Amino acid sequence: MLDSLLANFPIFPEQASEHAADYDALFWSITALTVFFTLIVVVMVAYMAFKYRKGSNVSRKGQLDSHLGLELTWSGIPLILALVIFFWATANFMKQRDMPEDGIEIFVVGKQWMWHLQHMNGVRENNELHVPIGVSVKLTMISQDVLHAMYLPEFRAQYHVIPGRYTDLHFTASKVGEFKMLCAMHCGTQHSEMVGKVIVMSQADYAAWLEKGGNRFEKEAKTMAASGAALFKRKGCANCHTEVDNERAPSLHGLVGRTRSFNDGATHVADEAYIRESIYEPYNRITRGYINTMTAYKGQLTEVQVRELIEYIKSLGTTAGVGDGKIVPYEQPEQPLGADPGTPDNATKIANERKSAAATQFEQSGGRN
Amino acid sequence: MSATATTTARAHPEKNYLNADHTIASWLLTTDHKRIAVLYLISVTFFFFIGSIAAGLVRLELTSSQGLLLTSEAYNKMFSAHGVVMIFFFLLPSIPAAIGNFVIPIQIGARDLAFPRLNLLSWYLYIIAGGLILFALAGGGFDAGWTFYTPLSSLYSDTQITIALVAIFIAGFSSIFTGLNFIVTVHKMRAPGMTWFRMPLMVWANYATSLLMMLGTPVVAITLFLVVLERTLGIGIFSAEIGGDPVLFQHMFWFYSHPAVYIMVLPGMGVISELISAFSKRPVFGYHFVAFSSLAIAGLGFLVWGHHMFISSQSVYLGVIFSLITFLVAVPSAIKVFNWAFTMYKGYVEFKTPMVYAIAFLGLFLIGGLTGLFLAALDTDVHLTGTYFIVAHFHYVMVGSSTIAFLGAVHFWWPKMFGKMYNEFWGTLSAIVIFAGFNFTFFPQFILGYLGMPRRYHYYFFEPAWEVYNVMSTMGASILAIGFLMPAFYLTASLLNGKKAPQNPWGAKGLEWEKAASPPVTFNFSEPVVVTEPAYNYPSADRPGGAMVHQLDQLDEDIEKLEGD
Repeated sequence: MLDSLLANFPIFPEQASEHAADYDALFWSITALTVFFTLIVVVMVAYMAFKYRKGSNVSRKGQLDSHLGLELTWSGIPLILALVIFFWATANFMKQRDMPEDGIEIFVVGKQWMWHLQHMNGVRENNELHVPIGVSVKLTMISQDVLHAMYLPEFRAQYHVIPGRYTDLHFTASKVGEFKMLCAMHCGTQHSEMVGKVIVMSQADYAAWLEKGGNRFEKEAKTMAASGAALFKRKGCANCHTEVDNERAPSLHGLVGRTRSFNDGATHVADEAYIRESIYEPYNRITRGYINTMTAYKGQLTEVQVRELIEYIKSLGTTAGVGDGKIVPYEQPEQPLGADPGTPDNATKIANERKSAAATQFEQSGGRN
Repeated sequence: MSATATTTARAHPEKNYLNADHTIASWLLTTDHKRIAVLYLISVTFFFFIGSIAAGLVRLELTSSQGLLLTSEAYNKMFSAHGVVMIFFFLLPSIPAAIGNFVIPIQIGARDLAFPRLNLLSWYLYIIAGGLILFALAGGGFDAGWTFYTPLSSLYSDTQITIALVAIFIAGFSSIFTGLNFIVTVHKMRAPGMTWFRMPLMVWANYATSLLMMLGTPVVAITLFLVVLERTLGIGIFSAEIGGDPVLFQHMFWFYSHPAVYIMVLPGMGVISELISAFSKRPVFGYHFVAFSSLAIAGLGFLVWGHHMFISSQSVYLGVIFSLITFLVAVPSAIKVFNWAFTMYKGYVEFKTPMVYAIAFLGLFLIGGLTGLFLAALDTDVHLTGTYFIVAHFHYVMVGSSTIAFLGAVHFWWPKMFGKMYNEFWGTLSAIVIFAGFNFTFFPQFILGYLGMPRRYHYYFFEPAWEVYNVMSTMGASILAIGFLMPAFYLTASLLNGKKAPQNPWGAKGLEWEKAASPPVTFNFSEPVVVTEPAYNYPSADRPGGAMVHQLDQLDEDIEKLEGD
């Protein structure tokens, strides 16, 4: 009876992630609170409206115009309950926003009107995402055009997908099956067709699926880093960015996690967002000791390509000094042509020498590339 | 003496603001706040029905998971038209400009607003803006929703967005001028003896609203203007691909648009205070708490905009702070609800039409407010934001509360505005039909949202199970439509053959009932008004004669003194 009623009038969305149960506990607690307060007020209003209706024969002696104790009661109790919900919900949220270090990472591009998803091993999917059960999955997302929102209702997970900026979310699937993957941010004409599904598989099935190269049987699929390496070579990046800092360009080995200093005196820890910006708009922040000579790849590389380059650069090592000796130390330029960012005088000298060569290109671009 | 006056009145209908002059020019060039209020009342009602037609089409379309009549493009334009028209052309001006314009000067014993010609200019700006919106709709419509999120609105959408944005920009100035007018009027035009804490709570609520209008509206006006610049000249402000930042737009937009929610609901709260007091024959319980809770809501309203952006890449810690401040809004809201309920305590409650609307308001505002808890809480918001849960929540606040309060206000002051009584039976019935239809329409949407149905979806072919709630919602909307149409008929009928309204048909306290005729004369009062008692000074069982002692009268005097300085 109840089952058939719920089949026709569903009120419980499926719980398909580890977070979903925590979420629903909070959701239904607030619901209980809401019902409780609604009942209190409804009963109070009904009782008073009826008892003190015009013409009713009850005493009106002892009328009150205000009562400090009552005011404090009905502002204090809601305040305390509100704070309890606040702390509970905040704790849950902080946990969800803390991205796991291990697990699977998926790169997601939102575009009008589809989801493109890319596994780190190179397997690509559109509007479908295959993931294993019980393993944390982190989505790193960016939009190619307008705002989107990656919404996974059965996982109780959602985050905006924004042009020009990486965002992320994570979940750990707890149930095998197919679940909705929706766009929950109005993104233009076919917004409601930007839907797909997450297919949660057992870990063995997932391994087999990856092995055969996903749904497209991309057996030869290169990992994202490998694709990035190929692109790095094809675009001629390696002509300037060598293993060491040289007079043309700083090395990208060991870049990720290192603090970069810029010509304007600012510093920044090199992260994925910084590398993305440095490919698309290198003129925004010029590494100290260098001048603005790099081609801006805005409009020339897709978000997927840039992400592949980032994965490649990440594969060149992370924090300086870590990476089992493969990283050429930053302070040891092969050609002592002064790419030492620590000595501005030297840098200026090099800059002047380089200027004539770069002048034509630089001026044509109006300083903006 | 009075006998003579009555005889004269029978022979020649007494002069009032409605029959003082009959030419069209006397209406279109009027500076009488009451006539301008009537012009506003007609115009906002017109736009309400335009917005309702769009809403009706949206609801009709959603009865099928596969789409029914409209293309996706037309559907997107329909919900955008509904949002823009209802928010900027109905909800924002409805109570302040149509009702407040009429009653606030009378309630504080003034002859008019401080700047009568500015008041007329407000209406003309509103009409120009409204004309532009109709032009934009006739020219093909616009599809970026009422929020106009960039870069969809600036670089991607190929619809009439520029015209719509210019229209909203102009409407913003109409709102700013109304706010300015109210603030100056309340500060400088109160009758002798009308101290701050003798003002009716309707005036307090509209005063708080005016502060929001003055401080918030310029921000949204300039933000939308920047979107126009980005659209037309390609100046990169809010679009990443030309050097801007889409999240910046959201910050600037919600900095106004959250307070705008309070612009829509605070005047309604003022109305409800008046209604419950008048039909309980009791002063509003905890007058000072209710008055200051309006200011508290207005103040906090400026500090919570980030709760629209918990998952927008805003810093997690910023989200925590915004969530905390949002929870604090629960306190002044709870104060209001409990004080309204307690106003009936030991009163003489009478279920006239406006009171039925007021009680409907209490129920709907309660649900609207409490479901806000789900959205103020960081974790629960993640799953619900951008879904029908949000849609249901803000309709409970903006329709269930603001629109119901507006209708309550229209029914309460109708005899004062037009000097005619309407049919009580139809009035009460309309309130009940609207209450039922409203819940039927919007309650299922809470469930849809929790199940995960995103808002602004043209179809949901991937989840036909959602159809049952969508069909329920559309059925409710049909009932709601009947409820909204009913007043259009019986109120119009009352103008033609309604009974003549006495000066104080409800036996209510307040200058508009005690000192002004129905309808009032051109400058509101036939003799100078001096106020000698607090607001809502109903006779009390304990204190015959009804003289209530307000301990805070001293505070009033201090404020007066400060103002004098």
